[in-house]
Amino acid sequence: MRFGVVVFPGSNCDEDAYHAAKDVFGQEAEYLWHKDTDLKGADALILPGGFAHGDYLRTGAMARFSPIMREVQAFADRGGPVLGICNGFQILLESGLLPGAMLRNRSLKYRCEHVHLRVEQTDTPFTNAARVGQVLRIPIGHGEGNYFAPSDLLEKLEANRQIVLRYTDPDGRIDEAWNPNGSVHAIAGLCNERRNVVGMMPHPERACELLLGGLDGRLIFESVVAAMAMR
Amino acid sequence: MIDAQLLEQHGLKSDEYERIVRFLGREPNLTELGIFSVMWSEHCSYKSSRVHLKTLPTEGPQVLQGPGENAGAIDIGEGLAAVFKIESHNHPSFIEPYQGAATGVGGIIRDIFTMGARPIALLNSLRFGPLEAPGTRRLLEGVVAGIAGYGNSIGIPTVGGEIAFEPSYAGNPLVNVFCLGIAKASDIVKGVASGVGNAVYYVGAKTGRDGIHGATMASAEFDEKSAEKRPAVQVGDPFMEKLLLEACLEVMQTDALVGIQDMGAAGLTCSTTEMGSRGGAGVEIDVALVPQRESGMTPYEIMLSESQERMLLVAKRGREAEVERIFEKWDLHAVKIGEVTDNGLLRIKQRGTVVAEIPNRALTDEAPVYRRPMTEPEYLRDVQQLDLDALPKKGPYPSSEFTTPRGYDPFLLMLLGSPAVASKRWVYRQYDHMVRTNTINLPGLGAGVVRIKGTDRALAMSLDGNGRYCYLDPYRGAMLAVAEAARNVACAGARPLGATNCLNFGNPERPGIMWQFAKAVEGIGAACRALDVPITGGNVSLYNETDGNAIYPTPTIGVVGLLEHAERVVSRRFRESGDAIVLLGADRGELGGSEYLKVVHDLVRGVPPALDLAAERALQGLLVTLADEGLARSAHDCSDGGLAVAVAECCFDTNGIGATIAIDAMPVARDAGVNVAAALFGESASRVVVSVVPEELTRVIERAAAAGVPAKVVGQTGGNRLRMTVSGHTVIDQSVDEAERIWSNAIEEHFVRRVA
Repeated sequence: MRFGVVVFPGSNCDEDAYHAAKDVFGQEAEYLWHKDTDLKGADALILPGGFAHGDYLRTGAMARFSPIMREVQAFADRGGPVLGICNGFQILLESGLLPGAMLRNRSLKYRCEHVHLRVEQTDTPFTNAARVGQVLRIPIGHGEGNYFAPSDLLEKLEANRQIVLRYTDPDGRIDEAWNPNGSVHAIAGLCNERRNVVGMMPHPERACELLLGGLDGRLIFESVVAAMAMR
Repeated sequence: MIDAQLLEQHGLKSDEYERIVRFLGREPNLTELGIFSVMWSEHCSYKSSRVHLKTLPTEGPQVLQGPGENAGAIDIGEGLAAVFKIESHNHPSFIEPYQGAATGVGGIIRDIFTMGARPIALLNSLRFGPLEAPGTRRLLEGVVAGIAGYGNSIGIPTVGGEIAFEPSYAGNPLVNVFCLGIAKASDIVKGVASGVGNAVYYVGAKTGRDGIHGATMASAEFDEKSAEKRPAVQVGDPFMEKLLLEACLEVMQTDALVGIQDMGAAGLTCSTTEMGSRGGAGVEIDVALVPQRESGMTPYEIMLSESQERMLLVAKRGREAEVERIFEKWDLHAVKIGEVTDNGLLRIKQRGTVVAEIPNRALTDEAPVYRRPMTEPEYLRDVQQLDLDALPKKGPYPSSEFTTPRGYDPFLLMLLGSPAVASKRWVYRQYDHMVRTNTINLPGLGAGVVRIKGTDRALAMSLDGNGRYCYLDPYRGAMLAVAEAARNVACAGARPLGATNCLNFGNPERPGIMWQFAKAVEGIGAACRALDVPITGGNVSLYNETDGNAIYPTPTIGVVGLLEHAERVVSRRFRESGDAIVLLGADRGELGGSEYLKVVHDLVRGVPPALDLAAERALQGLLVTLADEGLARSAHDCSDGGLAVAVAECCFDTNGIGATIAIDAMPVARDAGVNVAAALFGESASRVVVSVVPEELTRVIERAAAAGVPAKVVGQTGGNRLRMTVSGHTVIDQSVDEAERIWSNAIEEHFVRRVA
C-alpha cells in the first residue's frame, strides 16, 4: 500500500512517519507538500507531528487553510483512512475532521515520556490489529495534549464508541496520576463517527523499532496495512 | 564628536581607539566606531583568550574542520561527517531566561546547518545557584522552558546534558548549548565570500532594533543595573528558523552557493566581515536594501542589530534565480543586498552613499590581542588544605562507631537527593528527546546516543564540567572534565573522536581569573592530546561576574564518539539479577572537592582527584572493546558521590534490581569512619562500574589485564536492596525503591507546589 505523509513547513515528525512506513514496514510512501493538491495515489494519509505553521496562535489553527487540507477532507469524506499524530491530531480538531479541542497540558509544561494506553476500540483502520483492553507503551511529546470536549459531546463520543485510546496505568486501569496532560475521560485517541479518521497524541512511529526501546507502535501501522490488504 | 564617554559606552579603551585611528588613517564615524566595538569585543575577537587557545590540539586524521569556521567537523566513516559545536548564552539568559536560552539554542543550530549539516541532536550544560536560593527556580524554569520551546518546535531532540547548582552561579547562571549535525564529508559548506561580482543575499527574519550591542553586553560584568540591559536580549522564532534550516539545506544541495554564514553575535557586521575575510575578498552592501522591521533605522543600528534567524549567503553568478526559487518555496524572500568585491574592504552604503569603509583585516586579524597579566590567586593555598581527621562529627563518625549497621544509609540518601546527583527527569521530560526517531540512549542513562539512519553506526556525545574541581585546581579540574566527557562516551561503547569546549570564566582583566583561564586551557590541551580528542571549535565566555564575584572557573567539554554498531550501545542500567559487578580502574579514596564533602560537611576543600591520562586512555579503550564484544551489560562512570552513588544509579530505572557490594575501607585518615566514607563516596577518577554475565567474567578480567586496567569483582546484582559492606561491616542496607524515590523526586519536589 502507499502512505501519504502530509508536510507542513513546521512539521518535524514527517520524516519519522515516512521512515516507519517505508523502511520499517516496507510500504510505499510519498511526502505531500501542504501547498500541493495532489494526494499522489495514497491509500492512507498521515498528518505527522510538529508545529505546522509555528503554532504560536493555537496548535493547528492555521494548518487547516493549507491547500492540501481540502484534499484531505475529500479523501476522508470518501472513507479513506486518515491518521493524525500529535500536531496532526490537533490539525484534525481544528479543521473539524474530529470533534473537540486541545488545551495546554495541565502541568503547563511540555512533556516527553513513555505513557501507557488502553485500546478501547478495534473497529478502526488504525487499531484493528489490537485487542480491546490491550495496553500499549508509546511515547508522547507535546505541550497541548489536554483534550477537551463539553459534556454533551463527551456523552455522544462515549455512546458512539469514538474514544479509541485512553491513558492508563501499566495495568490498564484509568488513574488520574497516569494521565499525562489532564485530558477529559483520559482521552488519548479519537475517531470520527465514520471511524476512518483517527487522531492520537502519542507517537506510534517512535515505538516501531527495538533499538528505540519499544515495538508497541507497530500495531497502529500494521492495522492500516491489514485494513488496506482486505480492501 | 567621539569622546571618552562614547568610547566607554562602546566598551573600547583609549589605546584601542588610537589603534583604530592608526588603521584608518582618520577618525572613524559613528557607524564605523560601532562596527569596531563589536568586532573587537571580547565575545567576537577573543582578544584575551586567543594566545592561550592557540595552544590547544586541533588536528588529527579524523578532523575534517578545525576551529575558525562556524563549527568543527570530524570524519565518522561511510563518507559522513559529524559537525558539532558548543556555545554559551550566559549573559542573555540571566537577563531574560526564556529568550536568552531559546536564542542560544537557535544560534548553535544555525552554526551547524550553515556548514551544510542536518542537525540531529542537542545537549545542554546548565549552572545555577542553589535550588533553594531566591531566583534559582525562576531562572531554571525559564531556561529549561526556553531550550524546550525552541528545540522542540524546530524538531531537534535534546538527548542529554548536565546541571549543577553552586552558590557561585547564583548571580551568573551558565547556559551552554551544544548541537550536532550530519553532513556528507564531501559537501561541507564554508562561510566564505569570493568571486568578484557574486551576489550577496540576505534571507530570514527582518532586522529590528533588538540585540544591538549584545556582543558588547556579553563582554562586561553585571551589576545592579543589569536589568536595564534587557532590550539587548533578542526574541527567538523557531518556526522562522525551521524554514531557514530546510531552505538552506535545500539550496546547498544545488551547488549554486559559494558560502553562507548565520548572523549571530554582531549580526550583519560579523557575517559580512568574516565571510569577506575568509574568502580573501571584500563585501559591499547597501543597508537600505536590508529588510527592516522598524522604520527609520540608521546604518549603525542595521549593522549592529542582533535580530535572530537571519542568514547571509553568496550565490554563484547566473544561479541567483535557482536560489531565490527555493527560498520562495519556503515562503522566505532572499534579498540581494550587495556583492563580493576584490578590494578586501567592508564597504557599507546607504542608498548609494558610502557610510562606512573598513579593511576586513583591521576588524579580524588586526584586532587587539592581549597577553593579560596572570598570578596564582591567593585563595588556592587555603582551599587546597584538607585535614580529613579534623572533619566534624556527623552521624556515626568520625569515631569507632562506624560499625553501626546501616550507619551510612543517611549519607547515601543525602547524596542521592543532592540536586547535582538526583535525577534530572523534571528537566529532560520537558525536552522532546525522541523526535527524528534516532535516540537509542535516552536522557539520564549516560551519554546521549543517536543512531545514523542508513548506516549501522551511532554517535555518542556527552557534556561535562566540574566547576568545584576547577575552583580547587583549574589545571586538574579541566583535565578531569575532558576525561569524564570522553569516559561517558566510552561507557556507551563509543570511541571518542573529537571535542568542543565552552570556557566560562570571570573577568580576564583580573590576574587571578586570567591565571585560572590559562591553567584550564593547559589542562584541556594535555587531556585532549593524551586521549586523542582534538578540539574542533568552541566558545569563550568571560566576565561572568556580578558585583565583583566571579563564578567558579567552568570549562564545559563536549566529546563526540563513534559506535560502529548501534545495537551494541551500553547504558548505565543493570540488566539482570545474578550478574557480576566489576569495578574497573584504581581507587585511591580521594575526597578532595567531592560531592560528599559538600553535601555532608558543607565543605569545598582539598585537591581534586589525581588523573593518570595513560590509565584513563587504557580504561576508555577497554570500555569500547567490552561493548564491541558484547561483554559489558551495563557501564557507569563513578563521578559525583563515588562508587556507592554509581552503583545505586545502576539499580535505578531497572524495575528495582538491587546489588550487594563488598569493598575495603580506604586508609586515607586515622579515623576508621572517614576511611569507610572514602571507600564509598571517594571520587577517584578513571573508574567505571560494569555488570557482566557470570560466564563472561573470566574474559572480562582477561581483557582488562591485557589493557593494563585494574579490575575487581566488587559484588553482584540481585534482590531488591542496595547492600554495601566495607571491610566486613554492612554500612549501607537500603531498599532500592526508597532510594530511587528520593533520587527521582529531589529536583521535582522543588516545583511540585506550582503544579495543579
